[in-house]
Amino acid sequence: MKFIDEYRDPEAVRRYADEIARITTRSWTIMEICGGQTHSIVKNGLDCMLPDKITLLHGPGCPVCVTSAAMIDKAIALASRDDVIFCSFGDMLRVPGSRRDLLSVKADGGDVRMVYSPIDAVHIAEKNLDRRVVFFAIGFETTAPANAAAVYYARQKGIDNFSMLVAQVLVPPAIEKILNAPDCRLQGFLAAGHVCTVMGYAEYEPIAEKYRIPIVVTGFEPLDILQGIHMTVWQLEQGRARVENQYSRAVKRAGNLPAQKLMADVFETVDREWRGIGLIPKSGLALRPAYRKFDSEAVFDIAAPDPEIVGECISGLILQGRQKPSDCPAFGKRCTPEHPLGATMVSSEGACAAYYAYRQKESPHIKPTSGKH
Amino acid sequence: MCLAVPGKIMQITEGDAITRIGRVSFGGIVREVNLAFVPEAVMGDYVLVHAGVAINAIDEPEAKQVFEYLQEIYGGDIPGDAER
Repeated sequence: MKFIDEYRDPEAVRRYADEIARITTRSWTIMEICGGQTHSIVKNGLDCMLPDKITLLHGPGCPVCVTSAAMIDKAIALASRDDVIFCSFGDMLRVPGSRRDLLSVKADGGDVRMVYSPIDAVHIAEKNLDRRVVFFAIGFETTAPANAAAVYYARQKGIDNFSMLVAQVLVPPAIEKILNAPDCRLQGFLAAGHVCTVMGYAEYEPIAEKYRIPIVVTGFEPLDILQGIHMTVWQLEQGRARVENQYSRAVKRAGNLPAQKLMADVFETVDREWRGIGLIPKSGLALRPAYRKFDSEAVFDIAAPDPEIVGECISGLILQGRQKPSDCPAFGKRCTPEHPLGATMVSSEGACAAYYAYRQKESPHIKPTSGKH
Repeated sequence: MCLAVPGKIMQITEGDAITRIGRVSFGGIVREVNLAFVPEAVMGDYVLVHAGVAINAIDEPEAKQVFEYLQEIYGGDIPGDAER
């Protein structure tokens, strides 16, 4: 497909890897923010092509992984109601709450439906006026315009049987949370390309300046990621720390202004609990008061969730780049995609799922899988 | 989750700002896509689509820069040199 295939050219990939090796004189630790980038890196073995001096750490950019168990418990409570059609992106269905997942609600007869777009959920509400349709609005800034468009459309059309359970999260506060950790060893970031397609990258400039850290807005294909790493390493080698844009075919500094305008009309910034990481101030989006009657948490009486049982899963440390999946004693043994202990093994963009699918060599105790995510 | 797929606009149905819909081809598979956030996009343009919504048009001249950058560094010149 155009704008995909050309960025996978093996010869160009090799040349980029050579060039990175050529300019690298010291040890550098770089984090890719987005789970989609993690998946591309592990699937294509890009980290294995880099010089030993460069360490890639995997970041928190998997919305499925960071949605709190308490929020999933609310989703399960809503999905279990007889009068509700519960709509969600497919990735979310198998993520465990504190005791069970949405798929088990469906297995027990709950009307749980997987949708491709939040707008599809609004159309389901239009066609089922005798039912109450709830959409589980998860996602980073990339997904916020679609979620905003859905609830805006419902309000315009007076589709009052539609509401959203909003668990939207924002990237920049999570980056600052990671950088503020006393043992943080990161020296550069690959910022998430599609988040920046929507938001632009001006908001990263104060972070690069304050923490003296290069941030390179990076795409998702192998050549994008290697160029992003090259640009980051070159800044580090030169002692520079600023925001650069590798993904210029999709990202402008100001971002997508019509999308930002609708997001600002619909959502306001709130504090948000991240699974495995904790509360991050001003790191989430919630519906503004004008949209209160479309806010599932306002229109339903949802029972208080059970406290999460903390087991041996270390996904919180993995999401902050403090551990790798292969560091976990449960990885590939007590924790597999079929029987996950945590969200990073469930989501196709979770670091553990990517390692499980593509890194058999590093973990000889796990069986090869034929399935690709 | 933040996956966005490039596709070519084959048809646009004008609606109000939020109901502007197009038919977009992804390597031959055609889907309905909301075009509210790419008001400048016209038929034949490529857009990046996430969750049924186009989040931006692809800047075609910029699409070559990955290769231009490689050419520049592989030719011996390191990018950024001019700025120092």
